[in-house]
Amino acid sequence: MTMEKKVSYGEAICSGFQYLLGKYPNVFTIGQGLWAPWYVGNSMKNLDKDFGVGRVIDSPVSEAACTGAAIGASLCGYRPIIIHPRMDFMLLTIDQVVNQAAKWSHMLGGQAHPAVTIRGIINRGGEQGAQHSQALHAWFAHVPGLRVVMPATVKDARDLLVASVLSDDPVLYIDDRWLYEMEDVIPPVEEEDLSEIKPQILKEGKDITLVGSSFSAQMCLEAGDLMTDKGIGCEVIDLRVINPLDVSLVVESVKKTGRLCAVDGGWRTCGLAGEVIVSVMEEIDLEVLKTPAKRITLPDAPAPSSKVLEEAYYPSIDEICSSIIEQMG
Amino acid sequence: MGKFKSELGNLVNPACFHNSLEVKGIPRDILFSQLKMMITIRVVEEVVADLVNEKMAKCPCHLGIGQEAVAVGVSKHLKNTDHVFGGHRSHAHYLAVGGDVYSLFAEILGKVTGCSKGMGGSMHLFAGDKGFKGALPIVGGTTPIAMGAGLAAKMDGNGDVAVSYFGDGAIEGGVVQESLNLASVLDLPVLFVCENNLYSSHLDIQLRQSSDRVSRFADAHNIEARVVDGNDVVAVSNATEELLQIARAGKGPGFLEAITYRWRGHVGPDENIDVGVRRKNEDLLAWKNRDPIRRLMEGMQNKKLLEKGEFEKMESDIRAFVNKSKEKALEAPYPEQSALLDLVYSEKK
Repeated sequence: MTMEKKVSYGEAICSGFQYLLGKYPNVFTIGQGLWAPWYVGNSMKNLDKDFGVGRVIDSPVSEAACTGAAIGASLCGYRPIIIHPRMDFMLLTIDQVVNQAAKWSHMLGGQAHPAVTIRGIINRGGEQGAQHSQALHAWFAHVPGLRVVMPATVKDARDLLVASVLSDDPVLYIDDRWLYEMEDVIPPVEEEDLSEIKPQILKEGKDITLVGSSFSAQMCLEAGDLMTDKGIGCEVIDLRVINPLDVSLVVESVKKTGRLCAVDGGWRTCGLAGEVIVSVMEEIDLEVLKTPAKRITLPDAPAPSSKVLEEAYYPSIDEICSSIIEQMG
Repeated sequence: MGKFKSELGNLVNPACFHNSLEVKGIPRDILFSQLKMMITIRVVEEVVADLVNEKMAKCPCHLGIGQEAVAVGVSKHLKNTDHVFGGHRSHAHYLAVGGDVYSLFAEILGKVTGCSKGMGGSMHLFAGDKGFKGALPIVGGTTPIAMGAGLAAKMDGNGDVAVSYFGDGAIEGGVVQESLNLASVLDLPVLFVCENNLYSSHLDIQLRQSSDRVSRFADAHNIEARVVDGNDVVAVSNATEELLQIARAGKGPGFLEAITYRWRGHVGPDENIDVGVRRKNEDLLAWKNRDPIRRLMEGMQNKKLLEKGEFEKMESDIRAFVNKSKEKALEAPYPEQSALLDLVYSEKK
């Protein structure tokens, strides 16, 4: 049955949960706010009513114990999703994510597979301030043994969630509140092997390669559409999976365009944009490059609360367009 | 120090609890297998100590000599469908549920035939078919994971339980406190087993907490608790049986605090004399009078359940078996270099 109605990114996440909880009895979710209507936007609406509080568990304010519990259940035949309504608070469980989940397979000779999905939501702006704004995906992309996914499209919001939960590896699924209202028509679910999911081209172009993930991929698309009017053809690549990071599609694109601009919602230093650029540079001949690669990121500062400072803090479409024009010479 | 007040009374007085165990009414074969397992654990640990001294074992080895009765008493009531988790000092926990001696030596030596395929060494143990799901060294790190296994067991509805072994140091960690709360709130079928040996590496409990009775944290979370002489395998076993009956019936978690003492130092074969408060040579000698093996042996002899010379023969047979396993492990091959990258993620379906 094809869905002809448009759904939003937030609704698509919810339909991913509906699909998983409906089809797989060993799937359950646990986290703070799962019984409250506002905690996670519209992305988990009514799941507790549809599937019962035994499978949609609202938890004490214990990020570490609940993440550890999800890991433990995943070692015993279940496929849990631990929900962290903000990535910032997920830091309280970093031992369980980095020392435990990511490493159990390796440390125990490939005999233990924590098939757990850890959902960390990026939720920023609205003067929430520094401890309610972080995009820490680069930290987790750095950790071997974790898979890290960042859906940028409505379809991926649902299907990357499904693939993450069905993977036998620990997966960090990062969605972005700023995408929740974006709408699209999407086909029925097709289950995919997460280890085979690669970056995708959102828009083809011959003049410059723009690379982003999650919200920044959509920003690149918007900038690319604006540049079409100026006669500049932008090729927009959405990374989708940032751990393990496979940049072969980006390499092929840069061989064609000769120009690279990486856009990222995290901080500048030691961030994902720098990683993308270096990974591409390792694979191309310098003659291919028409101009140095550039990155557009947050400045190296905690997020401000003041609305005026917020406007200066977050990357804008204008900033991306200016960089494109500058790189085009 | 600070607001410290001892609550454990005679349990922490090394001049007490030297008695032979009362074994009346316990079937001989059970006593026999418990004695055999405690001796096996001790002999294995002594051989590991030698391997470290001889520089053949290079990874950090945290020995449990003197604490054998806890793992053995608890394991009497476990099934291989239960889920057991431990920490850095878990050779005994692994062996007591049936973990293989040879595989343990091979793992400590880093060989590919080790229980973790040579990828973990002493501090990262696995024996999944025996229910031993993982022992890992971050202090308190496996406790919330054991809670998850308990949640899985609850959802399975088979009466299985999860066991979390940890020490008196781990109870100071936030995640262990969170786990106690979670177990209580979700009514999880889990058994917390705290081997309170009064030390967290070098530092005496008097300098780290306001009381030496770790089970007070179980009381705070309305968790059924027992405090026992951890060097009395009968007492450990009886308390475990009571707590597991409750947990398996779905009536909630249990907390077993077992008072004990380690004969060697925090890590390696050295005794760590004069490291921390209350670890002078006379303290160690006094605590050795609470030997769990001697006390069970004498208890069995008192009831004529062990003949003259039978204990010595048992020990000698075990030593021969353990040494043979060690020799075999010394000859085993190391992992291939490909293991570095191949085991990072699970294999493709």
